Amino acid sequence: MKEIPENYKFLSSHEWMKVEEDTIVAVGISDYAQDQLGDIVFVELPELDSEVNQGDEVAVVESVKAASEIYSPVSGRIIEVNSSLEDSPEIVNSSAFEEGWFFKVEVADSSEFENLLSPEQYSEHCKD
Amino acid sequence: MTQKTALFETHLAASGRMIEFNGWTMPINFGSQIEEHLMVRKGCGIFDVSHMTFLDFKGPGCKSFLRKILANDIENLTEDGDAIYSAILNESGGVLDDLIAYRMPFGYRLVINCATKEKVIKWIRQHIKEHSLIMTLREDLAMLAIQGPNYLRVISQFLSKTLLDELKNKRAFQSVIEDEMLISKTGYTGETGVEVMIPSREVKNIWLQAVESGANPSGLGARDTLRLEAGMNLYGFEMNDEISPLECNMAWTVSLEDKKREFIGKKSFELKKEKGGFHTLKGLMFKDRSIVRTDHEVFLDNNKNTKGVVTSGTYSPTLKKSIALARIPPSDKRICFSELRGKMIEASIGKPRFVKEGKIIF
Repeated sequence: MKEIPENYKFLSSHEWMKVEEDTIVAVGISDYAQDQLGDIVFVELPELDSEVNQGDEVAVVESVKAASEIYSPVSGRIIEVNSSLEDSPEIVNSSAFEEGWFFKVEVADSSEFENLLSPEQYSEHCKD
Repeated sequence: MTQKTALFETHLAASGRMIEFNGWTMPINFGSQIEEHLMVRKGCGIFDVSHMTFLDFKGPGCKSFLRKILANDIENLTEDGDAIYSAILNESGGVLDDLIAYRMPFGYRLVINCATKEKVIKWIRQHIKEHSLIMTLREDLAMLAIQGPNYLRVISQFLSKTLLDELKNKRAFQSVIEDEMLISKTGYTGETGVEVMIPSREVKNIWLQAVESGANPSGLGARDTLRLEAGMNLYGFEMNDEISPLECNMAWTVSLEDKKREFIGKKSFELKKEKGGFHTLKGLMFKDRSIVRTDHEVFLDNNKNTKGVVTSGTYSPTLKKSIALARIPPSDKRICFSELRGKMIEASIGKPRFVKEGKIIF
């Protein structure tokens, strides 16, 4: 399993976010999550420009094993989706923390970050 | 406590991800099940299928007994090692199990599913009655499936030249037998290949030699997607006690050739066939990549009046599409719909098989 990068924050449901620039964050799922899911075969991405709330169900990731909902770690507007996942969802398996990002959000309220888990907390959470 | 095959430690050493499967601890994959799947289509994969149940039958009554409980006719097995695929039916014509029956030097061998083991053994014991035979559960055997276009190169590593030549001359569903080893041209992938039955104590050696010569260790995950692409049934999904062979694309395995043969379930089968109007198994290919999984409904019309059910659904690594087997009412429709996460997705309806020997045939 890959190490958890330091500047990332997590939901207990295994989504990560990291600040890209100022108010823009990228969102994906953790390496632990992709490993548990197995081969990923389909990603349903959120609609561009849609407004989402922290904790909203915004996307779906489907592996050979099961389909899982993806929750947004932050509130804001979807400003970009990773359309390369449409044809090559397996990128999430090979690069969950980098190339396998799902979407980017323009954050409405960065104080929400405090509700998220730190890498240490998330790593503890995965051991449970 | 789950049972472990003789290869348990070998799988762990090869980073096999182990899961519980009908009371057995088995590898689901060794990393990527999609890569394992594609390796079988293009090269060669090896599977541990020692969780299967092996039943040996000896004695003068075993032939007449098996002709009574099997829907296919073992009368057609003319040489030792010849095999047939068959169902065991109950009185109402439902499928109790599907199996492969082999003619053996000592009598016959049935390879049945592990999930149905207790039920089928009980059923057989109930029906032996006046038949003079001995049934032995062979818990000392292991089984490997070596599948894919390169299988001959792999098995040439551990077979004598004589045995290999003998095997090359065999057709599908025939075998060669040497001492306690049986190698049959059968499989569950839609590729050419063999299945090897061998005493458990010898299996590790063969597994390692096969892997050494290019067979890729593969788990139950790839086994399931391969069989689905090949349009092969899985007990408990395409068929069960209440499903007739007519409804799960198994009518071809019910032999009515010998009109005098009275096998269990025959009357119900003939009645249902005569009456017609039953659901049949079809193959579905979806436009969307979302997988439509077991028990999901499919609709043949827009107002959802005529519907069928998905028996198995998966992502097909060969077609790179979402595919399924589904039991649907009689219809000449070529498309159907399924509702998934609030969206209607369309599928084309075809024969219940998608891939044969590496080629897409849907």
